[in-house]
Amino acid sequence: MSYAISVNGQVHHVEDDGQTPLLWVLRDTLKLTGTKYGCGAAQCGACTVHVDGQPMRSCTLSLEVASSARIITIEAIEGADVRAIQDAWVAHDVPQCGFCQSGQVMSAIALLRATEKPTDRDIDLAMSGNLCRCATYNRVRAAIHDAASKLGSPT
Amino acid sequence: MSWHAPAFGNWRRRLKVGVLSLLGLIVVVVGAGGLAYALYPRTMPQTQVLAARLQPVEIERLRLAAYFDAIADPRARSIALFEEAGRVIQHPRCMNCHPRTDRPTQTDSLRPHTPWVTRGVDGGGAPTLRCSTCHQAENFEVSGVPGNIDWKLAPIEMAWQGKTLGDICRQLLDPARSHMTREELLRHMTEDELVGWAWTPGADRRAAPGTQAEFGALIKAWLETDAVCPP
Ligand code: FES
Ligand code: FES
Repeated sequence: MSYAISVNGQVHHVEDDGQTPLLWVLRDTLKLTGTKYGCGAAQCGACTVHVDGQPMRSCTLSLEVASSARIITIEAIEGADVRAIQDAWVAHDVPQCGFCQSGQVMSAIALLRATEKPTDRDIDLAMSGNLCRCATYNRVRAAIHDAASKLGSPT
Repeated sequence: MSWHAPAFGNWRRRLKVGVLSLLGLIVVVVGAGGLAYALYPRTMPQTQVLAARLQPVEIERLRLAAYFDAIADPRARSIALFEEAGRVIQHPRCMNCHPRTDRPTQTDSLRPHTPWVTRGVDGGGAPTLRCSTCHQAENFEVSGVPGNIDWKLAPIEMAWQGKTLGDICRQLLDPARSHMTREELLRHMTEDELVGWAWTPGADRRAAPGTQAEFGALIKAWLETDAVCPP
């Protein structure tokens, strides 16, 4: 069946089974490979994208359901908070192998959009679904705090 | 005596050569055998569907409410009805969402939920990690993640894990903890969609026994017999 799906502000017509995970559509059909396939079972968070502004796991979201929403992926997310996160990620040298990082970044951006100055507890609550095999957790935490403080202070 | 020595030396050398060549032969035979075994062509393993996933899910039945009409004593009948309904109430599909902490549990062994999540103020997760981050309105068979439009935890006052069936029974009848009148309780058990998920849990999960309608009929009959709790 054919689905019209809005990804990064563009409507794509995708011919596929409605039960295909959005992640597969993003990576295999639309060639947006910034979103990663970690587990395919909602266990790791590597596939996080924003669906109508909410962070969601694209490996467990069907094409059928996704076609009625606005999807933003790591390739196109933008805003002052995104730049702050990027800068903080670079400054803290957060990634190691990098595989989990697009998911980490998408969750971190959603966190800053919901909570201006997240505490350690807020970070735990929002980021606990994003696993990192390289254990970059401390740097992720530091970078989120850093980005939040840069966003709060006038430039 | 000196002429014995060379003969003796000869004999020792012969023994040494004999033993060494025997050892050499063994090494060669074992080596060649091993090599033949290792190199012998075999059929390559084929991609297979995971057997565990395909195991037919065992269907457990409930005894129907009418079965208990045979119990003459109304108190004993009421308790027996609730105990039968308890096979659903204490089933992992129900217990996993009635935890005694802020974390749901998973699987038939009621192990803590992965990833780490918490109930939040409304039972639907923390504001920044909602249940709906992963759980959609329906089960999603490709990822195996279960779903329902109303996916959330029961309130902490309705924690069932670690309680006896009698305690769960008294808790259900206490509106301060169940937040339900008896009519609402009956409706919750009989019609609630999220409760109904226990009979269509998807993937390879074991469904609750019987059907939601049969379970509802047991609860109704129990309420009509004065809702007596097991000790
Ligand atoms: S790939 Fe989606 S959570 Fe791991
Ligand atoms: S940086 Fe390697 S998995 Fe996170």
